[in-house]
Amino acid sequence: MTAVDTSLDSIKQSLELDKVESHLHPEGSFDLAAHPVPTGREEIWRFTPLKRLRDLHTEAAFGGTLDITEQLAEGINVSDDASGLLGVSGFVPTDRIAARVANAAHGTALYEIPAETVIEDASVIIVRGTGVEQAVAQHVVVKAGRFSQATVVFHFEGSATLADNVEIVVEDGAQLTVVTIDDWADDAVHVGHRHVKVGRDATFKHIEVTFGGDVVRSDTTAEYSGPGGSVELLGLYFADAGQHIEHRLFVDHTAPKTKSHVVYKGALQGHGAHTVWIGNVLIRKVAEGIETYEENRNLVLTDGCQADSVPNLEIETGEIEGAGHASAVGRFDDEQLFYLRSRGIPESEARRLVVHGFFNDLIRQIGVGDLEEKLTATVEAELAKNVLNNEKDNA
Amino acid sequence: MSTLEIKDLQVSVETEDGPKEILKGVTLTINDGETHAIMGPNGSGKSTTAYAIAGHPKYTITGGSVTLDGKDLLEMSPDERARAGLFLAMQYPVEVPGVSMANFLRTAKTALDGEAPKLRTWVKDVNGALDRMNLDPAFSQRSVNEGFSGGEKKRAEIAQLDLLDPKVAILDEIDSGLDIDALKVVSDGINAFASREGKGVLLITHYTRILRYVKPDFVHVFVDGRIAESGGEELAEELEANGYAKYIGAAV
Repeated sequence: MTAVDTSLDSIKQSLELDKVESHLHPEGSFDLAAHPVPTGREEIWRFTPLKRLRDLHTEAAFGGTLDITEQLAEGINVSDDASGLLGVSGFVPTDRIAARVANAAHGTALYEIPAETVIEDASVIIVRGTGVEQAVAQHVVVKAGRFSQATVVFHFEGSATLADNVEIVVEDGAQLTVVTIDDWADDAVHVGHRHVKVGRDATFKHIEVTFGGDVVRSDTTAEYSGPGGSVELLGLYFADAGQHIEHRLFVDHTAPKTKSHVVYKGALQGHGAHTVWIGNVLIRKVAEGIETYEENRNLVLTDGCQADSVPNLEIETGEIEGAGHASAVGRFDDEQLFYLRSRGIPESEARRLVVHGFFNDLIRQIGVGDLEEKLTATVEAELAKNVLNNEKDNA
Repeated sequence: MSTLEIKDLQVSVETEDGPKEILKGVTLTINDGETHAIMGPNGSGKSTTAYAIAGHPKYTITGGSVTLDGKDLLEMSPDERARAGLFLAMQYPVEVPGVSMANFLRTAKTALDGEAPKLRTWVKDVNGALDRMNLDPAFSQRSVNEGFSGGEKKRAEIAQLDLLDPKVAILDEIDSGLDIDALKVVSDGINAFASREGKGVLLITHYTRILRYVKPDFVHVFVDGRIAESGGEELAEELEANGYAKYIGAAV
């Protein structure tokens, strides 16, 4: 190849703005036939215990029900017919479970915030599972109109085998906060997909809290439909013995001057507790002047736990403000414990304080007052149940 | 009454080449109302003495004893030692993200007293202690030592000393990294503590500068894991003039 050829190639490449040869960006399809049953050896499935998914990934029938209680703030509209909205956020299934849900459930519910409507109070949707035997598929759409502001909380509890696709559209200039709390009973299986399209100068904040369930696997992907959009993804999780908690995140910087900030923090305790965090960021050629940072920290409280943490950053343009990531898996810091204990604080209390601080550091970034208090209380309850119990076991 | 009695203390640390002996028999008694200064070159074992007495897990006691009012400290966990009346101000106070100073101080005070401090007086006490160290009341809402400047960390250690009110305070290089104004504030705090009834202070320092503001009753020179010489305040002046050369020469 001559020098001229090489430069021609590079010019061609630089002109090809839309197509990306990216392993982070598989071609999706609504066609179920395009998604063979996974074996567990695929990159996107290799961490997941397929045997515990109750055939969601093969052909489990979707015949179960959920109890849904809505505590909606004034100004938000709900409709149970959103059947025309499949793919409205740009979502295209990239795995078999998402494709199965897309085929089985078309618009279970639409929550819509009208344009220019500012809603102070959070709207809370409590989704209660009624049993694990029959699987449930759901397709939920949240739409924040231009320049609207709102907070929507999905609180999952009870026992269920649930696969859901949540599509979120944040129109130009809107500010939407979505909170997802997986507070399931111990036997629940939840495989969720969330896809958000963020408009010009719009802000989307997702807070994901995962405590309960046997297997919880969530995919969250974000893309931008215009410049100036901002995405913040905060996650907090606590895996007990035998629990599998997997968070897969993908921020696709499809527009210039966009921002993304991802922080997930988790603690693990007990034999067989397993957490997985995959943090993918793709900066496309068109996405000049963007800023991205992703971080995952895991605190391993006992032996017998496993925390997998995989950040991936793919950069197609160097013309950006900044891109960074950090990932850590660690035990209690002996120096922190010694410092606290040297002030008279007993070991169990010192451990509790360190874990409390570990999560509190994240909770104070949430910016939803009520929720911060609630989460602090939930963390305290989880700690009382676990960290302190562990101390008793050791005593 | 408070007496910290260190007898023939021997301490080693684990290194890649096996255990290394750092303290080779330190004997020192701090009585009620006494302030002792330990001075010495780097690596002489000054800080090891402090951390070994406080119970840092890195150090292994291979011989000797340490008692506080007759109670065997070496048998106790670090938090039990603190509850017995020991306080260690660290050279590098540790950051604990997400835990506010207010939460930390209240938790510590509760652990030391066996009951939670009275809310109304406690807030006043905390703000008073911070104020005496030229720290703003808003300081109590910041995470423990996180993002503190070097001087703020040291002043926060002395504010803790003031509030937690131990029997014996070990201050490990509390003067390092302080400008002269902060040094005076910190020294005032140490003097205020030392003047309380029945307190003991063990001040570990590399420099004589702080001894102009905190007057020691005794000065000990540490060399190679032992006390090479003990004396009064005049020993510090001699060190100021001549340095450690004569001790280091003797040790070699």
